[in-house]
Amino acid sequence: MLTEAIPLANADADRRVAQYAGAKAPLSNGAKAKVTQSGPKDRMAWVSHVEAIRDRKDQAAFAELFGYFAPRVKAFLMKSGASPDLAEECTQEVMATLWRKAHMFDPAKASVSTWIFTVARNRKIDILRKERRPEPEDLPWGPEAEPEQEEVMTLQQESKKLGKAIADLPDKQKDLILKAYYGELSHSEIAEQTGLPLGTIKSRIRLALDRLRRQMK
Amino acid sequence: MPQEIKHHLTDALLMGYSAGTLPEAFNLVVASHVSLCDECRARLAEFDAVGGEIVAMSETAEMSADSLALTLAAISDAPAEEEQAAAPEITGTAVLPRPIREYVGGDVEAVKWRKIGGGVRQAILRTSKNATARLLYIPAGCAVPDHGHAGTELTLVLQGAFRDETDRFGAGDVEVANEDLDHQPVAEDGEDCICLAATDAPLKFNAMIPKLAQPFLRI
Repeated sequence: MLTEAIPLANADADRRVAQYAGAKAPLSNGAKAKVTQSGPKDRMAWVSHVEAIRDRKDQAAFAELFGYFAPRVKAFLMKSGASPDLAEECTQEVMATLWRKAHMFDPAKASVSTWIFTVARNRKIDILRKERRPEPEDLPWGPEAEPEQEEVMTLQQESKKLGKAIADLPDKQKDLILKAYYGELSHSEIAEQTGLPLGTIKSRIRLALDRLRRQMK
Repeated sequence: MPQEIKHHLTDALLMGYSAGTLPEAFNLVVASHVSLCDECRARLAEFDAVGGEIVAMSETAEMSADSLALTLAAISDAPAEEEQAAAPEITGTAVLPRPIREYVGGDVEAVKWRKIGGGVRQAILRTSKNATARLLYIPAGCAVPDHGHAGTELTLVLQGAFRDETDRFGAGDVEVANEDLDHQPVAEDGEDCICLAATDAPLKFNAMIPKLAQPFLRI
């Protein structure tokens, strides 16, 4: 069952996924540990941390976010091919970007970890591949008002479900997804794999877009 | 806004774009299609969410002892950005979505076209070398030379429409072609067709003349 663990006590799930992430040989099925995911409260706590940074320049909140996410971002960048020194430098830049762009975070559209992932990914392309990253055009209706708390809760809950669905995938499939995000699979190799546990967040976002388009008319 | 989009990006392309592992030229096609297509924008958000979960459950790498102090110092050197109203966008009348305009340096009138025969014109956009992006201008009723693919070819329609052996592609539609497809896109009568095409391997032309011209045209 899911536990309402505080984010920093999420080590069980981390160890388990770390095994998949780093595994050279697939784990035996018997080694499947029980799932411990961070609950919706944790995700809402991270959202409050970002809001505290945005509204009050709260260094304690930043230090907590840093303590949890920086070591994970660094590991992600190293998995993606950065040397430890470069990954360290890059991670500090990613975390500094979170501080500076805290006002850009929209908790009705993304979890804090998704936002951090996109910032880290863009930095990775910039530093490791020295390429431009074409980004989609912004939606035409400009900045939105403060999102409804209920929408935020729902989105954060969907993220949690998605996380659990990924954690519960068969080892082989999970391994493929991790490889795809670490850049170890080519586009055609990704094309061959199917059956991602998608379909929840997409419909939330689709609904929000439909509603906004209607409001624009 | 284009009429209803019928041909969308594949999961593999959206996932590759989200993961940041596609060649730049493919990223440009994905970003441009997503600019036009709410459906794929929502699907992309979901792949970003997968990436977020992967980072959240990732193993950890130890940060250096002074990393937080260094980051806080960097932050105080460069204060938080003020919240800005989004710059007014004059996208309404543009043919090219903003990601392409940023490569061209303007809308269609800023494109430096070169003739490649049969009335068709193209303009190569500067991207990293592992794939090529180019704009194609196909006058209404004209055809792009019959060709196959060694790798993947993505074609996004920006204006007008074309047909090939598989279907009709209108504004906003993207065709994802691989080595199985030999096709000859023909622009529909009426409006001239403008496309963004990206390939990760040279095209294989089925006629002699385009083959000879290929090294010069960089297609």
